[in-house]
Amino acid sequence: MTPDSNRAPRVPMFRDRTDAIATIAVGIVLACVAYSFARWAVVHAVWHLPADAGSAPCRAVKGEGACWAVVVENVRFMLFGSYPRAEQWRPIVVCLLFVSLYGASLVRALWTRWLLALWIADSAVAVVLLRGGRLGLSEVPTEFWGGLPLTFLLSTAGFTLALPFAVLLALGRRSGLPAIRTLCVGYIEVVRGVPVITFLFMAAVMFPLFTPASVSIDKLLRAQIAFVMVMAAYVAEVIRSGLQAVPRGQYEAAASIGLPFWPAMILVVLPQALRVSIPALVNTFIALFKDTSLVIVIGLFDLLGTAKAVLVDGRWVGFGVEVYLFAASVYFVFCYIVSRFSLRLEQELRRAAGAA
Amino acid sequence: MIRTIRWQLAVASVVVAIAAAIAAQTAVNLRARGIASGFDFLSRPAGFEIARGLLSFSSRDTYTRALLVGLVNTVRVSLLGIVIATSLGLLVGIARLSEIWIVSTVARTYVEVTRNTPLLLQLLFWYTLTQGLPAAPEALNPLPGVYLCFRGLFLPAPIWRHGFPWIGLERPALVGFGFQGGTSVSPEFAALVIGLSIYTAAFIGETVRGGIMAVGRGQAEAAVAVGLSRLHALRFVVLPQALRVVIPPATNQFLNLFKNSSLAVAIGYPDLMSITNTTLNQTGQAIEAIALAMVVYLAVSLSLAAGMSLYNGSVLRRGGGA
Amino acid sequence: MTGSHRWGHPHVEMEGVNKWFGALHVLRDVTLQVGRGERIVICGPSGSGKSTLIRCINRLEAAYSGRIVVDGVEITSDRKTIDHIRRDVGMVFQQFNLFPHLTVVENCTLAPVRVKRMTRTAARDLALHYLGRVRIGDQADKYPAQLSGGQQQRAAIARALCMNPKIMLFDEPTSALDPEAVKEVLDTIVALADEGMTMLCVTHEMGFARQLADRMIFIDGGRILEDSEPEAFFDTPSHERTRAFLSQIL
Repeated sequence: MTPDSNRAPRVPMFRDRTDAIATIAVGIVLACVAYSFARWAVVHAVWHLPADAGSAPCRAVKGEGACWAVVVENVRFMLFGSYPRAEQWRPIVVCLLFVSLYGASLVRALWTRWLLALWIADSAVAVVLLRGGRLGLSEVPTEFWGGLPLTFLLSTAGFTLALPFAVLLALGRRSGLPAIRTLCVGYIEVVRGVPVITFLFMAAVMFPLFTPASVSIDKLLRAQIAFVMVMAAYVAEVIRSGLQAVPRGQYEAAASIGLPFWPAMILVVLPQALRVSIPALVNTFIALFKDTSLVIVIGLFDLLGTAKAVLVDGRWVGFGVEVYLFAASVYFVFCYIVSRFSLRLEQELRRAAGAA
Repeated sequence: MIRTIRWQLAVASVVVAIAAAIAAQTAVNLRARGIASGFDFLSRPAGFEIARGLLSFSSRDTYTRALLVGLVNTVRVSLLGIVIATSLGLLVGIARLSEIWIVSTVARTYVEVTRNTPLLLQLLFWYTLTQGLPAAPEALNPLPGVYLCFRGLFLPAPIWRHGFPWIGLERPALVGFGFQGGTSVSPEFAALVIGLSIYTAAFIGETVRGGIMAVGRGQAEAAVAVGLSRLHALRFVVLPQALRVVIPPATNQFLNLFKNSSLAVAIGYPDLMSITNTTLNQTGQAIEAIALAMVVYLAVSLSLAAGMSLYNGSVLRRGGGA
Repeated sequence: MTGSHRWGHPHVEMEGVNKWFGALHVLRDVTLQVGRGERIVICGPSGSGKSTLIRCINRLEAAYSGRIVVDGVEITSDRKTIDHIRRDVGMVFQQFNLFPHLTVVENCTLAPVRVKRMTRTAARDLALHYLGRVRIGDQADKYPAQLSGGQQQRAAIARALCMNPKIMLFDEPTSALDPEAVKEVLDTIVALADEGMTMLCVTHEMGFARQLADRMIFIDGGRILEDSEPEAFFDTPSHERTRAFLSQIL
């Protein structure tokens, strides 16, 4: 903040007395904490359980040592839910599919229309693969889906499906027509002003009331619809800022060469608006990824849901800390990596804009 | 844009048509399932208990009162959370910019870990920690009259006494497997407040950091060049300017905390969302219950947004800025 | 290079000062002595390190090696020493850096009240005195945004003067001003010079330099290449790079 510090060749640790005292004090506290944690998490921890010992060895060290065995024994369930064991290659493939999709999306060189198509295709392929019932795959109803594939699917499909609606909402909000503008503003403000789980509750209990009794919509699909509704509003606000960042001259230039409204939007304005919004869009995606954990309140089992479900089993009651730490690391690894990429993207975009 | 009334009418009629169709179908379904409509249920007795809180409540009280209790609890949690999150966030933001490497690294780790894990997971984590505390008979006793166990934190409370000195301290006493007397903080409340504060403080910290960085080096340099100590430079030159930049996004974080308090439904704290959930389970009147909850949350959000525009307007009108 | 010792013990001494910005070697073995009351103008091409040089004197930049002694006190990383030195060294920035959330007079009284523990009334009187000296006394209760560029820079000068510094540093004080404002600020600085204050000024304004300077210093590539009195500097510069530079800007 103040210019006393300069980028020295090494990290300066002890430049004066206050530095030294603070560093040593904090260092001692951290060392103590790290020591106790290491003792609990590593030294006295139980990693494996013998075949028929139940959870007794874990209970014996409870409080003193971590029971990582609860993670080891249940990792398949936590990651893939109740998916039939024999078919678990399918959710694994789905997860790899999504991870490579995210990886590809963060490389600037690959930003083309094909990437967008890939997002849509990946979600569709994931659903087909998980559900089965065709192409020689056995059918697995959505009740058995769970864990990481669910988290990926809800976020990716939610984001992809929400994007077109978000664009329409953002454009509608800027519209000169009062009726359309009011509708869009109203929708956005209402959705952003209430907690996300109210929409999930809506999905769980209200949606069944909206459709004829003969038509029953799968609970997972209902939750997905709820996420799309919510995401549309949040992404619309991001796109709106992006649209505002496109200089007026662009709209005027497009009009002056004779482009009518929609082609001008799609070919000239929106690409620029989306490009500018990308860091914010990535952050919104990360937020959605974390929010998929809320489906636990309506009885769906994403990564957090499966983790919590493990604790219901009498053997594993009370080992919540270990289980939640595991789930947290999975979320953290993913979100952190994506957010670092997003930061780098932002810097690249800023540099490119500055050079232009 | 296509400036014709026709378009607006077309869009409006489509929206109305869809809404009408949904409404009609819903009416059919409600009748078929024997679910009542309307808000009469609000004056019926609730039939469930709510853990002891600020307002008294018994199962004979109405649903309206139940929802009110929920709202009061939501406000309690949110206000306390906002206070703690702001104080913590301010410290974290400044710590992030500290030149002492260890301090800024610790702050940065805290922010990254908190922001990259779901809030619900963090709430469940804190709740699990409270459940790991011993049972009442073996409760921790750090101070006289203060007991910590998995049922909560039990503290002495002031009560009226006859005769001098008219105010006394009533200490909690162990009765069977619980405590009687004094006042208590439930583990659900504690987990909710701690989790919400720690989560929101990370975001507020980043906002504060952005605000301080937005002030520009020149200001800090000028302040120290004229002889102010770094603390004075921060207090009189940098922070006042940073505050202007920080307040709108910080208010947004307060709003998020308020909305996030609805996650209480997942750890069993009786806030507005939890009680709405119980209500709709018991009466089956999902539409009314959820709509009511949404209206309340929306009212708070919109008032906050309105307050924010007023504040922005007054700041821009004053001489400061740039 | 040697400085003049006409004015007694040096007020500012720099010995073998080196500084890097990352891989860039910005100051190379700079050695300089400034006598009390001397007025020194430092010039050079952009990136030569002239701003960095004077910013080392009030520790806005930290030298990696070498000694810097200000009024007998050596600059170290000790915070108390730095604060102490900064009270006696005033600085005027290219971008003014007035505090936008305070009025002009509040800008001037902030440090005297907080650092020197003056009473508010005494500080205000002092501020109004200096604001009058730089001829913007009537702008005292306005906010910086309401002043013109030239007025803002003069306010910044008054702010620095309110701490009664023994040494004044000017970092390209007129580079961000339009031509009319340049003259009013330069005149203000020249008027101050008659007080006998030690001054180091980084500037491109050669006419002003000729008028003000007791010594001209030319710095290029982090090294002081020329250090002489104005007549010698302008008429018979010894280094060819000095000649090249002067021919470009004169």
